Amino acid sequence: MSAWISSHLLTFLVFAPLFWGLIVIAFPERLAPLARLLALLGSTGVFFIALIHLLRASPEYGALFDERIPWFTIVGLPVDYHLAADGLNLWLVLLTTFLTPLTLFGTWNSITKRAGTAAALFLLLEAGMLGALLAQDLLLFYLFWEAMLLPMYFLIGVWGGEDRKYAANKFILYTLAGSLLWLVALLYVASKAGSFAPPLMAQAVQTLPDKVQKTLFLAFALAFAVKIPLFPLHTWLPDAHTEAPTAGSVILAGVLLKLGTYGFIRFAIPMFPSAFIHYAQALAILSVIAIIYGALVAMVQWDIKKLVAYSSVSHMGFVMLGISSMTVIGTQGAMLQMLNHGISTGALFLLVGMLYDRAHTRMIADFGGVASKMPIFTTFFLIVTLSSIGLPLTNGFVGEFLILNGTYIAGFAWGRMIAILATLGIVLGAVYLLWMVKRVFWGPVNTDEDSGTAHLHEDLNAREIAVLVPIVVMIFWMGLHPQTFLASSQAPVEQLLKEAKAPAPRMSVMQVQGVKP
Amino acid sequence: MSNILALIPLLPLLGFIFIGLFGKRLGRLTVSIVAVGLVALSFIFSVVAFAHLDGGRIAVEYAEWMSVGELKVPFGLVFDPLSGLMALVITGIGALIHLYSVGYMAHEEGYARYFAYLNLFVFFMLTLVLGSSLPLLFVGWEGVGLCSYLLIGFYFETEVAAAAGLKAFLANRVGDLGMIIGMMVLFAFFHTLTVSDILLQVGKPSPEAGFGILTFATLMLFVGAIGKSAQIPLYIWLPDAMAGPTPVSALIHAATMVTAGIFMVCRLAPLFQLTPITLTVIAWVGGATALFAATIGLLQRDIKKVLAYSTVSQLGYMFLGLGASGFAAGFFHLFTHAWFKALLFLGAGSVIMAMHHEQDLFKMGGLKSKLPVTFWTMAIATLCIIGFPGTSGFASKDEILYLAFLKSPVLWAMGVAGACCTAFYMARLFTLTFFGEPRDAHAFEHAKESPRTMILPLAVLAAGAVLAVFLGWPTAFGGSFRIEKLLEPALKFGQSKALEAVHHEGNPILLATISTLLALGSAAFGYTTYRGGLAVAATRAARFPGLHRLVLAKYYVDEALEATLYAFIRWLGNLMWKLIDVILIDGVGVNGPGVMTSIAGDFTALFQTGRVRNYTFGMALGVLALLYIFLT
Repeated sequence: MSAWISSHLLTFLVFAPLFWGLIVIAFPERLAPLARLLALLGSTGVFFIALIHLLRASPEYGALFDERIPWFTIVGLPVDYHLAADGLNLWLVLLTTFLTPLTLFGTWNSITKRAGTAAALFLLLEAGMLGALLAQDLLLFYLFWEAMLLPMYFLIGVWGGEDRKYAANKFILYTLAGSLLWLVALLYVASKAGSFAPPLMAQAVQTLPDKVQKTLFLAFALAFAVKIPLFPLHTWLPDAHTEAPTAGSVILAGVLLKLGTYGFIRFAIPMFPSAFIHYAQALAILSVIAIIYGALVAMVQWDIKKLVAYSSVSHMGFVMLGISSMTVIGTQGAMLQMLNHGISTGALFLLVGMLYDRAHTRMIADFGGVASKMPIFTTFFLIVTLSSIGLPLTNGFVGEFLILNGTYIAGFAWGRMIAILATLGIVLGAVYLLWMVKRVFWGPVNTDEDSGTAHLHEDLNAREIAVLVPIVVMIFWMGLHPQTFLASSQAPVEQLLKEAKAPAPRMSVMQVQGVKP
Repeated sequence: MSNILALIPLLPLLGFIFIGLFGKRLGRLTVSIVAVGLVALSFIFSVVAFAHLDGGRIAVEYAEWMSVGELKVPFGLVFDPLSGLMALVITGIGALIHLYSVGYMAHEEGYARYFAYLNLFVFFMLTLVLGSSLPLLFVGWEGVGLCSYLLIGFYFETEVAAAAGLKAFLANRVGDLGMIIGMMVLFAFFHTLTVSDILLQVGKPSPEAGFGILTFATLMLFVGAIGKSAQIPLYIWLPDAMAGPTPVSALIHAATMVTAGIFMVCRLAPLFQLTPITLTVIAWVGGATALFAATIGLLQRDIKKVLAYSTVSQLGYMFLGLGASGFAAGFFHLFTHAWFKALLFLGAGSVIMAMHHEQDLFKMGGLKSKLPVTFWTMAIATLCIIGFPGTSGFASKDEILYLAFLKSPVLWAMGVAGACCTAFYMARLFTLTFFGEPRDAHAFEHAKESPRTMILPLAVLAAGAVLAVFLGWPTAFGGSFRIEKLLEPALKFGQSKALEAVHHEGNPILLATISTLLALGSAAFGYTTYRGGLAVAATRAARFPGLHRLVLAKYYVDEALEATLYAFIRWLGNLMWKLIDVILIDGVGVNGPGVMTSIAGDFTALFQTGRVRNYTFGMALGVLALLYIFLT
């Protein structure tokens, strides 16, 4: 078994959660606690196997693991089952396997009805996300991309809050509508290239007229932009987050959104380098609007969870800004910021969930003086908040700092102005989060009988602390030694940008991906 | 040596981690010993390092922090006369204030939390001054801001403290934005953020004739200094910060953190020297703040608020010095001010404690006999701050005023006017506290001198405040202004030009005589006004009711900001949320096509029924529309 895992690690990572999830989902309602336990154990196992194998591989340039077999042919186009782990997805894969068990454990008692089914859906979701992150064949990527929508749709629609139906529909339709044109564009390029392999597709794109390249790129960009979500396509996110159960929000913010920005780096840039350069400034402008807009709207929210949701719009704007900069510094910053946002915002949703489980309200006005009631919880919340507002020595700072510096030296005309405007996001980030912290945690204890604070009787328990400690460790590790996470993507990012800016011969990408010309 | 250097900041960090994790179980004595002891040890190591310095600099790189492309930032420390002197002030005065806190906080809840934060502050402050690069300086910069936030909000269960902490953090963050922009510009220009590498390149470009990119960079860095060092218009957070425990006000909001802006400008002195426009801005902002804040200090009733506005004003003097290219003079005032202002705050703390946490000057009086040590030490500090001839405050302030005169006589006049206000409000504070009849008989009855852990720091600080003068007795008065020579390796780092001879234009002795006589006159006026109680002042104030109300209300700056800026930002957030998100994007863009097709569906009946389907269709339409907009 272990030898098979070593040689088929990526297949194992994708299909272990899938099969395990299918087993768990078959458990009857009365065995829900057991099902939940099995889901937790299964996802924990996946995490450790991923950790052991992926970290043992040296983070050099090129694919660390590569599995490729011809799969099937559709309208004459061969589809490969092609998974690979390299510097661009290594840490995102680990983040996904890290967050899944942590989320399951952290929301242990939050879901009461059909808890086993919900836990199983998380495993299916994990399989979909890992598949999408690892897929190297574009059709395979598309299939995983759409597949991971379903578990999330059900998680929001079945286990969500009062407006769950609206939120779930909005979530899935937004995303489907976004990927509709993408699918058309994808099939069009594939038909030109005779393959779904991105290197061949990239070559085919080169031969197309400029206008067509741009159109195709926009179709790709639209699908990814909805996912990120980039202003003005973001309005599904606050609804989805507010209505989703805690665990759903954590995974949504922690991993799902990253697939949009990851899609740009993995597919959109190498396939449409000149179109990307053409639209880079427009994307950077939308990003900076998202940063400021998300922050301003977050500031006036009444619901803590919605506030965190809008903060995601702002933070993901930073990621997209770094990618748009087309500089190594900015893109590396974006790579790191993806992980940062996964850790910090994921943790914020977990913490808000812990508060909600006790108080059954998330309205800021219902609290006040929580610090006096729950000192341990307050300490954790404060640390995560500080990481989210990018305090130096926590994870948030390095990512934002790199992105801003990268944007300032970006090639396009308004790069400096955009970078300077983006710094406003740093001030506003402190405004909305610390203002909320002040109203919820500090000040005199809210003595109103119906208030949320009145329902807080016990501080965090051992389970909750056990979930938060690894997160805090990651926050400081990433802040103190970001090189751990930057090293593996350095060479691939340099290569990516070098080729994108000089798109003539595209041999090296193919060599990397093992394609015979 | 490199190990000792690393230990200087790391020891307080160790204290923070240790007390933070185990503080509640340790007992107060252990916490006190660890917290005070580690900072004292850090001070000893700073002394050792300073003794080894001998006019040079020690630079060590320990590890890599971040390294992407050209952007390389190592964890490195630089110990030179400038950062060394700062480290001595931070750890020396820091250790004294830690010791004082043992007595001051003895009966407070959250004793361990307090000392954990205080140790963390010392760590960040040392990182700020010793860090070898601007990002590392920024680590300390934001870190001390965090500690300031936590310590201002130490009594977090009160609304006042919570609001003050938030205000401090946010005002500082506005400044930090300037720091970040400044760093971006400098990185794009110099391709490095290591201070010594920047300064080595600074020698090459000639001064910018007009407004160039370096002027923009230094202006942005100065915005950071405005936030951290509480200058106009970001000074608003510092008076509110007095909600924190008094020793915190002494350490963070008088002696060390708020001087970070002055330190930063000195650290990059050759760069600022290159941008005369920025220096002029610094001089005017500093001069204006020095006068403006001093006028507010005239009428404050809270003893700590008087000192807070005084600090804002004194920081203004330091910037005035820097702006007049007197980097050594500005830094010297930072040095002397650290002693006498820390002493004033700790003395005020001693008074407050004796009066059972009464901070209202109008309820004090006659405490001279009850608090002899506090009285005499505060007397020394008061003489220093009003610039009594021969004191350290006289030496540092008059050097600044002289340089200001060379820059512009108007700046000098503003400085002198500020000095008169300073003399008046300090005489007022001192008289209302220690002389006259007790105005609160009950509190006076129970007032007694503070415990030894508090008295000892007062005495040491008083000695320091007196002795500080020997570091920089001005040349005009027959001294050698030794600090300029001492700091030269740092302030002129990488510059080939030797120290220019100081031109003694004007008549420094005459200028000093004028300003000193005016200040002493104001002090005497302050004393006579309040010697007999509050009645004389009240009748005098009644002659200028409008002006009196305006100054008493601190020129309504906070109210104006609340009514305009804060309100505008909240309005903008709500507008975007409710208009753009809910109505435009969701209403028209997302749900709209669904609704429209539903209406259309009613007409065309049979075909389109389900809401979901309409929705999809609407989305697709919206997408097409966006694509159309993008492509054409």
